[in-house]
This record gives sequence, C-alpha cells and structure tokens, in this order.
Amino acid sequence: MEKNTIKQDSGSILIKGISYFCVTIFALFCLFPFALMISSSFMNEQEIVREGYKLLPKEISFKAYDLLLNNSTQLVNAYQVTIFITVVGTVLGLFMMSMAGFVLNRKDFKYRNFFSFLIYFTTLFSGGLIPTYILMVKHLHLKDSLFAMILPAVVGAWSIFLMRNFMKAIPDSLYESATIDGAGDFRIYWRIFIPLAVPSLATIGLFSALGFWNEWYNGMLYIDTPAKYPLQYFLQRMVSQTNLGALINSGAVINTADLPTQSIKMATAVLATGPIILLYPFVQRYFVTGLTIGAVKG
Amino acid sequence: MMETFLYHSIRSLPFKLEVGSLARLVHTGGNIVREIIKNKVLFLMLLPVILYFVIFHYAVMPGAYVAFVDYNLNKGIFGSHFIGLKNFEFLVQNGDLWNITKNTLLYNLVFLALGNIIQIVFAIMLSEISGKWFKKVSQSVILLPNFISMVIVGVFAYNIFNFNSGFINTLLVSTGLDRYEFYSDPGIWKYIIVAFKIWASTGYGMIVYLATITGINHDLYEAAYMDGATTWQRIRYMTLPILKPTFILLLLFGMGGILKGSFDLFYNLIGTNSVLYPQTDIIDTYVFRSLVGQFNFSMGAAVGFYQSLFGLILVLVVNFIVRKVEPDSALF
Repeated sequence: MEKNTIKQDSGSILIKGISYFCVTIFALFCLFPFALMISSSFMNEQEIVREGYKLLPKEISFKAYDLLLNNSTQLVNAYQVTIFITVVGTVLGLFMMSMAGFVLNRKDFKYRNFFSFLIYFTTLFSGGLIPTYILMVKHLHLKDSLFAMILPAVVGAWSIFLMRNFMKAIPDSLYESATIDGAGDFRIYWRIFIPLAVPSLATIGLFSALGFWNEWYNGMLYIDTPAKYPLQYFLQRMVSQTNLGALINSGAVINTADLPTQSIKMATAVLATGPIILLYPFVQRYFVTGLTIGAVKG
Repeated sequence: MMETFLYHSIRSLPFKLEVGSLARLVHTGGNIVREIIKNKVLFLMLLPVILYFVIFHYAVMPGAYVAFVDYNLNKGIFGSHFIGLKNFEFLVQNGDLWNITKNTLLYNLVFLALGNIIQIVFAIMLSEISGKWFKKVSQSVILLPNFISMVIVGVFAYNIFNFNSGFINTLLVSTGLDRYEFYSDPGIWKYIIVAFKIWASTGYGMIVYLATITGINHDLYEAAYMDGATTWQRIRYMTLPILKPTFILLLLFGMGGILKGSFDLFYNLIGTNSVLYPQTDIIDTYVFRSLVGQFNFSMGAAVGFYQSLFGLILVLVVNFIVRKVEPDSALF
C-alpha cells in the first residue's frame, strides 16, 4: 500500500513508530511464558530450589527430559491416549460433519432448515453439566472409557455450518450434471465433493484435531484409570501434585528424593505443547483461513 | 473453541431460520415419509450428526429436571422426590447465586470490552505496519497463545507466580525483597485472570478485525491520501467507522453469552484453591464443584439450569435488538 508513497507527514511516521513498538512489546508478552517454560525445563533442580525459575539459568540440565523420556511409562501412555483420541475423533468428526454439510447445502433437500435449526438450537440452550454427567455415566456407561473423550466433542454445530458455507462455493451445476449422469448422492459426495473440499476439510480438521489434542476436561470428568489419562490432564495432575513418583512411573522404583520435581513439571509441559509449536508454522494458514472465512457472507 | 466460533455466526449467517418450516413439518406428516423414501441416501448421510445431537444434547435436556428434585442416585432423576424451587431458594438465601452471577457478569464484561478494544487497537497498528516480514511474524506470534490448552496456561501461572520458585518471586528475592504469596491473595487474581484471557484471545479477534480492515476498498484509502488526509485522520474517519458495526455486533452477541464462564481458564488458574473463591468463583466452576467435590447434584443442576435459561433469554433479547438495528446480521 505504501510502496509509492511520495511524502509522509510526521504524524504518520509517529503512528508507524508507535505501532512497531507496541506490536513488538505485545509479541514478546505473548512469547514470554513459552520462553520461561522452556528455560525452566532445562534448569538444574538445585538452582530452582535455591533461586527459583529463571529465563536465563546459570546451568543447563537435561535431567528432567532424561527421566521423562527414559523412565516414564505414564507419559508414553498419555501420548498414546491423546494420539488415539485425536486421530479417531478428527477422522470420525470430519466424515460425519462433511456428510451433514453436504446434505444441508443441497437445495433439493426439503428439511434442511428444520435440521439446521435442530443443530443450531443446541448452541442456545443446553441441559447443563450435571444432567450430561448423569447421562454419560448412568445411561451411556462411558465412565472410564476412551470414547468419553471422543464422542462428546466429535461434532460441533459451528463446524457443520462452516463446512456448509465452504460448500456453497462449489457450483450447483456440478451436482446436477452428475445426477444426470446417474451418480447417486453418496457417490457425488465421495467422488466430486470430497476432492473439491480438501482445503475446507483441512481447516476444520485442524480445528478439530487441536481440540482433541488439548482435551483434558472430559478426561478429568470421566477417566479414573491413570493409564487412560490424556496428555493435558496428565500434565495438570503433574503440576498440582507434589508426589510425582507414582504419576511418572507406576510400579517401577524411582528415588523420589532425587526427583527434579520442579523442572520435570515444565519438561512435561514442553513435551505436551511441543507438537503444536512445531507444527504451528506449517498449519497456521489453514487456521487463519478458518478464522476469516466467516468474513465472507454466505 | 465454541466461543471463538461466535464470530462466524455473526459474520456468515449459517442459515435463515424459518419457524414456519417446523410447523410445515408437523402438518405434512405424510410428506415426510415420502420425502425420506425419495431421499433416503441423503437422510442416511445426515443421520450420524443428527443422532449425535439427539443423544448428547437433546437427551440431556429433560435431565435439567434434576434441578427441581432432591436427587437420589439410586432412584434416578425422574424417580427422585420433587421439591419444586427449594434448590433455587436455598441458593438465593445463602448468597451463592448472587456472588457467582456477579463474578461471571463482571469478568465477562471486562473480557468483552477490554478484549475487543485491544483487538481493534492491535489490528489497526498491524495494518499500519508496512514491513511484510515483521507483520507476518508478529501476527503468528500473537496468534500462538490461541492454540494451546488452558492446562498449559495453568502451568504458566505456576511457573510465574508460585511461592517457592515462581519467576516473579525469583526477581523479588534477587533484588532483596520479600517473596509474595500470590496463591493466597484473591484480589490479585482478578488481574491475572484478565491478563491471561487477553493474552490468550487477542490474536484471534485481531485477525478478524484485520480481515475487515484489509477488506476495505483500496481505492478509498488512495482517494483519502490524494485528498491529503493524514494517517491519523484516515484511522479516525475511515477505519474506525468501518469497524464500528462489527464492534457493536460482537459486543451485542458477547452480551448474549455473558452468563457463560470460561471454565477452563478459571479452573486451571484457580483449581481447588478455596482461598481465592470469593473473587474468582464463577457459575461454571461452582457447578463443577457441586458435581465433583460435594456431590450435590441438584444444587449444581439448579445453577446450571438458571444459567442456561437466562442465557437463552439473553440471546433472544440480543437478537431482537440486533434485528431492529441491523436486520441482516440477526441470527434468526
């Protein structure tokens, strides 16, 4: 925009300067907790006990990671649980939501407004936590089941509508010509629609996968067996408890007096966030598409 | 994630609701059978999602009745003794309902007002920045907190504020001052909670506002520039007025959700530290505690029902206002 600017008034230079300054400060404010967490995880335990967490430690120690990666069966379990619920939940959810979006976008589907309302109303009124809990435990028997962390979050009303809006971009004439060629509804969905919808599936799939990766709430409510804890809930337990020995490795003998309690909490946090931070630069644009797609009125 | 999708509802109407379609469905019972036979594949494709909503949402709704009984685990919701509004009376009398409602409302008001203002300010500042690389990197960094779980936010709080080894206490001790016990001072957590909320949510809203700004017709800015408008005048008389409708709509719809608390933020920062409750207990944490801590199902359900019902009324009122002001943006 400013490429062929002829002259700039002093006010605009000032505004530009302030903008650069404030954005930099705020970006650092956003990064600071991450930086502190990472440096704390590499700190020597004695230094933390003596002086506390620091941004620039005097000594670097890999002990927390060494212990976690070589001894912790529980962390491995938690990783497995989280990967399982993320993969199953995302794939299942995408399949269900893309079919629903496809049907609700079909103009020849008579009751699409009724079904849209049925879905939409659940965002306005909910039965509440306690009836949900009673249903999940007493009637669906999902207590302590991995599916207690998958099923309640497998589908989201807004994701369905987002999917439907994405689909509006696909011209109706495509369906029509396919129908004339004798293709059935599911075939049209699978062979024509899905290949065209890959970018939107990626966006919604990433939202969904992120939700499952960050899942801890249903784990806290419904999971009793420590081996079935998802990663984030495992982390939450780690931070709030002082006796970490049992949490890290049930069964095996760990000298608890020797345990780097403080740095290990931060190391677990780093390992739980790591994949997101590593993938973030590559998937970010899909998220931004998802966030701004709503700006185009459908 | 739910609440972030609020933006979509406002900006891209998912559909226009026709209340008539419901009535038509009831009246044309015969037609629906014919319709299902004709479009059975489409109905089958929609079925999994509908089943999900029926089981996990609609089947739960009658359970809200538990708010009106003295819940007995063995007798179940509908077998328990009906006590009418006793649960609500108790909650009003002991002051709990008032306290958590007040906290929830005040926190959400601050999140909404302060949050939106900060998002707008940063969106404008980013739009004024011309360095492409700087813009891209800073945008990514500010958006990053949006993607981590609130459990990690809880870890950050521990990392920064805990008594024995927290970062701030490290600084205090190293400058010769005394340690400060953050976790026993309810007053200070108001600010910490708001700060983390702003920290976690600015990136998202900023990008939504930034999309509106970059959507402004380029020619308009060019014309303003030709006419000799300064940057400040351009922001004041063009950008801000263009953002105003979005801002008002987001505020209004935010008001509709003002009884819904950010459970994951509050729980991960406060946890079960009851010292901090007076100023940090919101409706959602209260309901959760009544389920997990005290096993007082009916009391918790009463609060939950109150929240859902007034939440629904609020959304309807807000939608009514939006429809008067800007019919195109109303939800239904």
